[in-house]
Amino acid sequence: MKAITLVEAVNQALDYEMSADESIVLLGEDIAKNGGVFRATLDLFDKFGAERVLDTPLAESMIAGIAIGMASQGLKPVAEFQFMGFIYSAFDHIISHASRLRNRTRGRLTCPVVYRAPYGGGIHAPEHHSESTEALFAHIPGLRVVIPSSPARAYGLLLAAIRNPDPVIFLEPKRLYRLFKQVVPNTGQALPLDCCFTLMPGDDITLVTWGAMVYETMLAAKQLGETQGIHCEVIDVATIKPLDMEMIIHSVQKTGRCIIIHEAARNCGVGAEIAANLAEHALMSLLAPVQRITGYDTIMPYYRLEKHYMPSVNKIVHTAQEMMEFV
Amino acid sequence: MKQFLNSQGLLTQTLPELASPSHLLQLYSDMVTLQLFDKKAINLQRTGNMSTFPPSHGQEALFIGMGRAMQATDVFCPYYRDHGTLMLRGVPMQKILSYWGGNEEGSHFGIQNQDMPITVPIASQLLLAAGVAYAIKKRKQTRAVVASCGDGGTSKGDFYESLNLAGVWKLPIVFVINNNQWAISVPQHAQTASTTIAQKSVAAGFEGFQIDGNDVIAVQYYIEQALNKARNGGGPTLIEAITYRLSDHTTADDASRYQDPDQLAQAWQKEPLARLRTYLKEKGHWSAEQEKILTEKNQQRIQQAVQAYLNQAEPEPEDMFDYLYETLPKELVKQRQSLRKTYRVEA
Repeated sequence: MKAITLVEAVNQALDYEMSADESIVLLGEDIAKNGGVFRATLDLFDKFGAERVLDTPLAESMIAGIAIGMASQGLKPVAEFQFMGFIYSAFDHIISHASRLRNRTRGRLTCPVVYRAPYGGGIHAPEHHSESTEALFAHIPGLRVVIPSSPARAYGLLLAAIRNPDPVIFLEPKRLYRLFKQVVPNTGQALPLDCCFTLMPGDDITLVTWGAMVYETMLAAKQLGETQGIHCEVIDVATIKPLDMEMIIHSVQKTGRCIIIHEAARNCGVGAEIAANLAEHALMSLLAPVQRITGYDTIMPYYRLEKHYMPSVNKIVHTAQEMMEFV
Repeated sequence: MKQFLNSQGLLTQTLPELASPSHLLQLYSDMVTLQLFDKKAINLQRTGNMSTFPPSHGQEALFIGMGRAMQATDVFCPYYRDHGTLMLRGVPMQKILSYWGGNEEGSHFGIQNQDMPITVPIASQLLLAAGVAYAIKKRKQTRAVVASCGDGGTSKGDFYESLNLAGVWKLPIVFVINNNQWAISVPQHAQTASTTIAQKSVAAGFEGFQIDGNDVIAVQYYIEQALNKARNGGGPTLIEAITYRLSDHTTADDASRYQDPDQLAQAWQKEPLARLRTYLKEKGHWSAEQEKILTEKNQQRIQQAVQAYLNQAEPEPEDMFDYLYETLPKELVKQRQSLRKTYRVEA
């Protein structure tokens, strides 16, 4: 079986589920003949036709809003925002309607919509194309926020997101779109939407991360293990909301140390939520203060400076070493 | 401006087929019901039994005509002042009171219905409506959508985005703009330099026109026409209904701060109920005795709804969790348990 990239895994999941479920429609800008600017919807227009793969006019609020109307009629829309940086004009619909429709009608109408968006930095993109603002959505009751970090998890989590009866924000780390390949059997097997994934077991430090930072974190963990004998447990949170704190707490109770690594700005980032939870539920297990390695509380710089903004393997390694020396 | 019945109760063109004496009596009765309901609702607010409420006064013909123009299988996407139409869609009065009385259960409606709940963020319902309309079109159903908003809403991007999409996708949708001349305190001329709102459809590539929103016959007739067109693949229509808000914006507003009393007095001359009553009396279909019976019957019905509203059990505190997701995530299960413990202790 051929190994595929993360963006190909997205395409494979869409293809699989659209074949299985006629109520799924795709909508977004340039997703039909063009197959999306990252080619996530490649060939789906030819396969499923113009009624199910919809090039919309260029208006993000509209994309978000009509998806909700479609969903209220029993369609399952999967909407693509071309970049996360363009999602803000759609906030009103996502926050005021998508997240609330079930609650405010006491279940009379529901909103099984998936909003996909490429997110994060590191591909030398123009202004507004590199932000990581997942925390904005994680704050909103009624939403789910999912971030895959490998082709296999992109496939399984996207299937789960589409099958989920509530609105899901599905953020695809665009730096990982074509960074590496995996064999992803096209079996239609979904992954759970409410649990973390332990990617590497270890006893010394728990490294909690998600999105593209999983890549740096795994490199750092391997280096720490091989060169320093520091054994890290790496957890890919994957579902930012709802947050599976149980698995993280369980791991930190074992290791006594935790570093949270995310690309997004630090202040009120999801890392703060995780750290607060550890303070509430795992304080007596901690051997050192919880550390966060994050983007700075600055505007995401244009690409000449972006490497200085993003957490690096070195920074993770260095922080882990310091943590082991803490008494 | 399209019209059948002018403010003096005189016909300005031959009545359409729908305007049988019995149907006109029905429309009149519906408007009286709505007017009395609103008076009662304001009273409930003033006596501390309900929160903010947006009355329909002066716009009864629009809300009633719109409701009577729709078929059961159509979908209505209302703005916040549209409860008169919702009542004709089968939503019990008690549910409307519940909604404005701070209970989400009001938007459950308690009936089989695919209409959107009352939508507060201005004009956002127009995009929800466009999505509904696409679902209908995709399934080749002979249904259509009525999407409603006020004149202030036409300044929003969502208004233009929905018109644009409806035009380019030829959606089965009728946009009905209640131009009641006021967006809270801002008059129509401060919202747009456009001569009419109706003409904004031109840029979206479909038909738009003005109707006399105080003429219930015109409202029902022209919305019906537009719905028939939409159901039969003819695409969208924008209807600007000219009305006047003969009340405060809501019970939390004081329109005397910004409304010119002379203009208001003039607007009262065009009020929708009087003209139909004049016409019906002139034709010998209506009497003071009938008016009295109708009022009493309505008051009884409204009183029953009010009683049911006042008597209904308080919602369970856990309800705030129970409709958030189909399956409550485990972190929220813990919060739900914590709430339960807290309010039990406090009780």
